[in-house]
Amino acid sequence: MSAPAIELRGISKAFGPVQANKDISIAVQPGTIHGIIGENGAGKSTLMSILYGFYKADAGEIFIKGQPTQIPDSQAAIAAGIGMVFQHFKLVQNFTVLENVILGVEDGAMLRPSLAKARKALTQIAAEYDLHVDPDAVIETLSVGHQQRVEILKALYRQADILILDEPTGVLTPAEADQLFRILARLKEEGKTIILITHKLREIMEITDTVSVMRRGQMTATVKTSETNPEELAELMVGRKVLLRVEKAPSNPGAAVLEVENLRVVDSFGVERLRGVSLHVRQGEILGIAGVAGNGQSELLEVLGGMRSGEGRIRVNGEEIDLTGKHSDGQSRRKRGIAHVPEDRQEEGLIMEYMAWENVAFGYHHDPKYQKNALFMDNAAIRADTAAKMEKFDVRPPNPRLKARNFSGGNQQKIVVAREIERDPDILLIGQPTRGVDIGAIEFIHEQIIALRDSGKAILLVSVELDEIMSLSDRIAVMFDGKIMGERLPSETDERELGLLMAGISGEPEGSVAEAVAEQMRKKEEREAEQHG
Amino acid sequence: MDFLTIIQLLDSTIRSATPLLLACLAGLYSERSGIFDIGLEGKMLAAAFFSAAVAYMTGSAWMGLGAGIAASMVLSLIHGVASINFRGNQLISGVAINFLAAGMTVLIAQDWFAQGGRTPSLMSGGRFEPITLPFADALAGVPFLGPIYAELISGHSILVYIAFAMVPLTWWDLFRTRFGLRLRAVGENPESVDTAGVSVIRLRYAAVIICGVLCGIAGAYLATGLQANFTKDMTANRGFIALAALIFAKWRPWYALYACLLFGFLFAIETRFQNIELLGFTLPVQFVQALPYILTVVILAGFVGKAIPPRAGGEPYVKER
Repeated sequence: MSAPAIELRGISKAFGPVQANKDISIAVQPGTIHGIIGENGAGKSTLMSILYGFYKADAGEIFIKGQPTQIPDSQAAIAAGIGMVFQHFKLVQNFTVLENVILGVEDGAMLRPSLAKARKALTQIAAEYDLHVDPDAVIETLSVGHQQRVEILKALYRQADILILDEPTGVLTPAEADQLFRILARLKEEGKTIILITHKLREIMEITDTVSVMRRGQMTATVKTSETNPEELAELMVGRKVLLRVEKAPSNPGAAVLEVENLRVVDSFGVERLRGVSLHVRQGEILGIAGVAGNGQSELLEVLGGMRSGEGRIRVNGEEIDLTGKHSDGQSRRKRGIAHVPEDRQEEGLIMEYMAWENVAFGYHHDPKYQKNALFMDNAAIRADTAAKMEKFDVRPPNPRLKARNFSGGNQQKIVVAREIERDPDILLIGQPTRGVDIGAIEFIHEQIIALRDSGKAILLVSVELDEIMSLSDRIAVMFDGKIMGERLPSETDERELGLLMAGISGEPEGSVAEAVAEQMRKKEEREAEQHG
Repeated sequence: MDFLTIIQLLDSTIRSATPLLLACLAGLYSERSGIFDIGLEGKMLAAAFFSAAVAYMTGSAWMGLGAGIAASMVLSLIHGVASINFRGNQLISGVAINFLAAGMTVLIAQDWFAQGGRTPSLMSGGRFEPITLPFADALAGVPFLGPIYAELISGHSILVYIAFAMVPLTWWDLFRTRFGLRLRAVGENPESVDTAGVSVIRLRYAAVIICGVLCGIAGAYLATGLQANFTKDMTANRGFIALAALIFAKWRPWYALYACLLFGFLFAIETRFQNIELLGFTLPVQFVQALPYILTVVILAGFVGKAIPPRAGGEPYVKER
């Protein structure tokens, strides 16, 4: 066997008292795709930052192709043949693809020769790896998937042999993710070594050859992908047995709780975000709204939650609610039995600088049991109530006086979910319930949602994670471009069909799927551009 | 209005536009790199004082220019250290520099020259004299083009020509060189520059230093070209008007030229005319004098199209964890 493309021996890194990486050793074989999986905060990103010269390890050695190598900065990483595709792209939005590609590796002080050289090189790379992007396109006009390709092109132009991708599919549609995986497979065929960092088990199983698992700064295992399974990996990640499949009984729906008819929303730029949405949610069922971010799901939640005005009719338990005017706000909605876990907990769900107990009171601060008398609130009562909720929802640490900022993502989400569910609403709106939440907390939050359903409540779930929609929902509605593309039962559909609906395609497309997807995206963008005042 | 009046008005426009243009381009370099600079005013003022003082003491306009640039650069570097190394608030640092310059110049002037915070008038040699371009006198008699060449194009000090030459030079630098590409990138997304293995800090210092040099020239022109001494607050808010012009110009060199010429023209009208008769109304002198400032407010209030500043502008760069 040849020398590993990258080998790390005993890498450790501490930030103050926090040991982000502890004695990590790993060997990545050339020409393979090596997955690194772990929960948020397990130390994956720190490890990759060390490899890319952002941090200096406190201890340990790095070998590239068998040679001991120092990586004090990004320049050294690039020189060693390492290319990095970050989760948040490092592209200059108003530059062209070419300009982004040459930035930092220009030949000489003048731009013209560098641009010409890069143009030629990109044509060659495009042919070799099947990676096509218009070199003169300005980045901000490109789709997220294409922007990611530019990042890969940047690395290849810098002659990278080792490509590190950090959570590359987080921002992609399922179709785009498939395309990315095809590109990665092609790169592997051409002899490149790829390190894929992700928290998604499915991706690991789908594309990697070997997988390393990280937990709390340590590398807990490295196994061949073919010799493991998702359950085992999840256990290695979390450190205990985890239920990956959501266990739920068939639903037993009752009367309609929420009825939405022909709902329309126009945003402040004059662009229609909801274009006649109709749906209903019944007692004891979960309606899942699938869709790629930015197709109107956020606006739907905002109107239902009273954060935005709209046109159309919404009934709760048969009674109409106001969509504009002074009775259209979060407070009025709560009085009508609507609870809302917003999509962005840090912007809309919590005030990060406030303590847990203050956050738990928000929205429900008029509750008589929180009042001491006509003038003052009973803070002790709120704290006691918060402590009880934290206990019940397993929020760690269970300290009501801790600022929201100081909880992990999963625990922040548990605070919001506890606040809303414990109010015993008729209908719960819940957006992206597990975004940025670790596996253990995901399991818990899913259980709570199911328990609420089983107690006969209606739940409207919005998520961009198709897995989550498929496993939780009793019915699935797919949104594209402000409209409901169709409704399916989870038992009668599959990811492929939903993926196509999410791209605005119902039925089997004639010709290539990729072209049909691109065509729909183009139509959507044209409409938005046209309406943009 | 006869032809010669128009020529004189335009000639005055060019002279008024020069310090604005230099300051505007100074701001352009700084802001394109992501460092907002409202201290242009203070840097010009400091440069004006030190150039006048040194030119008076040495009798050399060039020595004065050097001192002006040096003074402006010191303030630039203070702003650089505060906003690049210490990641301070760039607005506050800029305001501090403006206060510092306004107070220090008058204080030092009083201490050195005891003339009530001004510097003594410069003799010839201490000033940048007008340059007569070749054949200007010979061609002056040619109808139409003659006066344009002799009066309008010829007969300015070297600093005016430097200022106008800076426009194509800046454009070329920004859009045709490696430095320009990196400079624009660091103002838009410093992370992209950092991950490409280029130092964000060095790029931003380079921009701040260029900004200091240009403000230095602008200040020196005020005291040793346009006027013949330093007087208290002689920049008269030109630094802020230059910032308005920069926004108006959407951070582009050629537009900056047009914006500064527009402001220069308003200043020229202000100095040339007292009351203006327009369609039977008489515009009072106060209104004419206020025109450049009114335009500044209008521009800053965003009435003239949407100007998108460099995206990373004003944000200190912190490497993410």
